[in-house]
This record gives sequence, C-alpha cells and structure tokens, in this order.
Amino acid sequence: MHFVSDLFRNIGLWFHGWLSGLLPGWAVTLIEYVLGVLILLTGALVTVLLLIWVERKIISRLQDRIGPNRVGPWGLLQTVADALKLLTKEDIIPEGAEKVSFNLAPILVVFPTIMVLGVIPFSRGIIGADLNIGVLYIVALGSIGVMATLMAGWSSNNKYALLGGFRVVAQLLSYEVPMVLAMLSAVLLAGTMSMQGLVEAQGGGFLNIPYWRIFVIPLGFLIYFIAALAELERTPFDLLEAESEIVAGFFIEYSGMKFAWFFLASYINTILLGAIAATLFLGGWQGPFVEHVPVLGVFYFAGKTLLMTILIFWIRGTFPRLRIDQLMGLAWKILVPLALIVLLLVAIVIKLPVPPLARQAVLFVSNIILLLGALGYIGRHLRLTAERQKLGGRL
Amino acid sequence: MLLPILFIFFSIAVLGFALLVVTTRNMFHAALFLVGALFGVAALYILLEAEFLAVVQILIYVGAIATLIVFAIMLSRNMMRRDIRAANDQWVEGAVAAVLLFALLVLVLSRASWPTVTAAAPPDAIPGIGKALVSDYVIPFEVASVLLLVGMVGAIIIARERE
Repeated sequence: MHFVSDLFRNIGLWFHGWLSGLLPGWAVTLIEYVLGVLILLTGALVTVLLLIWVERKIISRLQDRIGPNRVGPWGLLQTVADALKLLTKEDIIPEGAEKVSFNLAPILVVFPTIMVLGVIPFSRGIIGADLNIGVLYIVALGSIGVMATLMAGWSSNNKYALLGGFRVVAQLLSYEVPMVLAMLSAVLLAGTMSMQGLVEAQGGGFLNIPYWRIFVIPLGFLIYFIAALAELERTPFDLLEAESEIVAGFFIEYSGMKFAWFFLASYINTILLGAIAATLFLGGWQGPFVEHVPVLGVFYFAGKTLLMTILIFWIRGTFPRLRIDQLMGLAWKILVPLALIVLLLVAIVIKLPVPPLARQAVLFVSNIILLLGALGYIGRHLRLTAERQKLGGRL
Repeated sequence: MLLPILFIFFSIAVLGFALLVVTTRNMFHAALFLVGALFGVAALYILLEAEFLAVVQILIYVGAIATLIVFAIMLSRNMMRRDIRAANDQWVEGAVAAVLLFALLVLVLSRASWPTVTAAAPPDAIPGIGKALVSDYVIPFEVASVLLLVGMVGAIIIARERE
C-alpha cells in the first residue's frame, strides 16, 4: 500500500537502487538522464497522437459530424495512419528557397517545445530539472520559436509564407508582453520562479484548493490564457496560418515530415499551454489528499492539463478569427494595461499586514471588479464603434 | 577537468561565429551566425553558474534583438539576395578605427586586476539581483528605464500617421 501511494517515485527509487548495485555512479546518472529524456519524449509524442484524435473528435461533435471512425477502434489509429502517410511523402524544397534556414526552421520550432518539457512538474519530486529560474526559462525558450517561424516564412520564397512570417512577429511579440506580465503576477505571489516552488505555494487550506491562483487572481489567469492562446497561433488568433487569407501561412511550402514537425510543435505547445496554466494558476499537482497519497498528484496534474487542452479545442470550434487590427488592439489596449494593474495590485497587496486569507479575498474581489469594469468598457466601446459605422454608412 | 574543455569549446564557437558574422556575404546568414554566437555566450554564463544571466541572454538577445535584426533584413530591399558586398568604400577608415579600438581594449584589459572569488555561487541568486537593482543600483536601473521609455515614445511618434 505504501509503495502504491507514491507509485511513480517509488518505481524510480527502486530502479535507482537496482541500477546502483550494478554500475558505477556516473553510469547510473547517465542512464537515468537518458531514460528520463526518452520517457518525456515518448510520452509527449504519444500524447500528441492521442490529442490530435481527441481534437478531431471534439470538433466533429461540435459541428454535428462523427469524425474519424475508420482506422482502428473509434478511429483511434487515424493519426498513426496520417503520420505514416506524411513519412512517405516527397520532401520538396521550392526553387529559390534559402536552403539552410528552410531546413533549420522545422528543427528550431520543435526544439524549444521539447526543452520546456524538462521543467514541467508532474508531481512532488517528479520533474526533469527544477530550475530556480523555471518560469524565465520557459519564456526565453518560447522566444526562440518566433525566430524559427520567421525563418520558415522568409526562406520559403513565397509571398504567402512571407506574409505569414510578418504576422508572426507582430502577433507573437505583442502577446508575449501580457503573457509574461500575467506569469509575473503568479511568480510574485509565490516569491519564486521555480516550477515546483510555484506549485508548493498553492497548497494548504481546505482540501488544498483555496490557494490555487485562479481563486486569487482570476483576471491574471484569464490574461495568461488569452495571451498564451495567441502565442500558440490557434483560433481565434490563427492569423499566421489563416487558410482563407494566406493559405497556410509560414509553412505553406513545407511537405512531408518537415510539415509534420510544425504540426508536432503546435500540438506539443498546446499541451504545454495546458501544463503551464495548470502549474501557474490551477495549483499544478495540488489537490485533495495529495499530501497523504502523493500519486494522486500526477492524476490531478494530468486532469487539469487535459481540461485546459479540451477548452482550447472547444474555443477552436466556437469562435471566428480576429482581424489583425482587432488583434493588436486587444493586446496593447486591453491586455497589457490590465496585466500591469493586476501586477501592481499583487505587489501592493502581498505587503499588507493582514492574514493571508484576507489578502486573498482583497485580491479576488478587486480582480473581479477589474474584470467586470474592463468588460463593461469594451462593450461600450464596441457599441459606440458600431453606431458610428452605422451613421457613416448612412452619410 | 571537463570545465576547461567546455570553456575552450564554447569560446572557440563564440569567436568562430562572430568571425563568420562579419565575413559572410549573405546578411541573413550573418544574422543566424550572430544567434549562434549569442547562444555560445549564454553557454559561457551557464559554465559560470550564472543561469539567470544565461536565460536573460537568450530571452533578450536571441528572442528580441536577433528577431528584430532578422526582421529589418527581411524588410530591406536587395538584402535577401546572396553576394552583396561585405565592405563599402570606407573600409580603410573602418579598419583604422577597429584597430585603434582593439588596441584600447587590449590596453584596458591588460591593466585590469581581475579579482577572483573562491566562494561558491549562491544557489538562488535572483533575490539578490532583485534587491541590488532597487537599492545599490537604483539610479542606473531607473535611467535605463527612462531610456527605454524615451525610445518607445520616439518610435510611436515616428510611426504615427501625419494628420
């Protein structure tokens, strides 16, 4: 029973003990690191395969279709068939393409997403590397993706790809600002940038729930979610690959496995968004009874991540795409000021000499008021714009 | 034993990339080599156990500045074509200035005393950096912020449409 209550860590400890008896210290370390990387990579790839199926099923249901149902039970192996098909496709490099960056871009797109997997805390003690700069590390790696997308768009020697590449810079750089500010609010509350430290700071209280950041700074969570969705280049922010305008955007010229790399990066990023949102704002692996039965943490974390991912798919099936001016307006006129206010609020409130629960109540109430105020203001602004346009039409 | 080897490896990589930046005839490749050199510097920071600086290096130089450079190259006409001349008519003056600057740097660096600390780096240096920025170094910090603000205001004024 004791072994099962912290199953994954005990398996790891048992393996470590068994290996230490056979090999010298450095070999044990080497093998454990390599195994850890392999487990993370395989896990991510399998999850991506399943997630593509899940997305197609969910979108189908939302659109009153059945979705993939031919290959394997319930169409589960459809993605495997698709991946095999992509593997056999011809690798085409367009004429006049810049070969070096054309070939480098797919690798550079996937590389940061896999590097980020290493700092995701799955449970207490189950993390690739608990860096004390975890959050900053994620942000820094995310910024490499911008560069890679730009390279892909430019090197293809295609005007649609180039347009997609230009949109990348505008969108990704703009939304990085509110996203980082929202993450910073969570960091400020915990007083650490280590991913495990952030999760530990959200424990305690009734069933380990009340200190989840979504119940402390709900607005911060909302800003993070919107901005991260834009960083993800997903609906309603998928202007970079808007099918109806610029066909597929920056990766229009990619075929076969190189195309699959972009696809893979996009889906790993979707999982990562869920995982990071869960870690920063939804309490990570914290949940009821997790201090007695640590193995539950893995399931809490996976559940929260899955919930966020499904929410993203749901949004894709629901919202239309934004226009580029609306997109930039949303980032700079609404999200950045709100994120700054939340950050200032957190910075002031955590220094107030009152008990933690009172601080939390103050933050929660002021966040809700801010959210309602912002929504009211946006609503009024949109109504006024609509009326003005109607008047303009009549004149 | 391993550390000096890694240090030499990354130093050579940084210098090699830097050399390629100024010698390559393709502007876009030069920008990519610059990214390589900046990554090398980040690796050197990690060897010095300054993880925070390493990550900030990647975030700011690779994520922001290199992207900006690449963007500027893309928007410039004829920069995309291969084989543009790497030097213009002022290369003599440029070479003289470069040699003078190099001499000056050598002079300064050879006179510096290079104090070393034997104590291990603190495991979590970020609180220390944060406190230093708002206490001992608050004036440079604020001046830098004002500089950035001025830059931002200037950019907006230049980009604004004429009425």
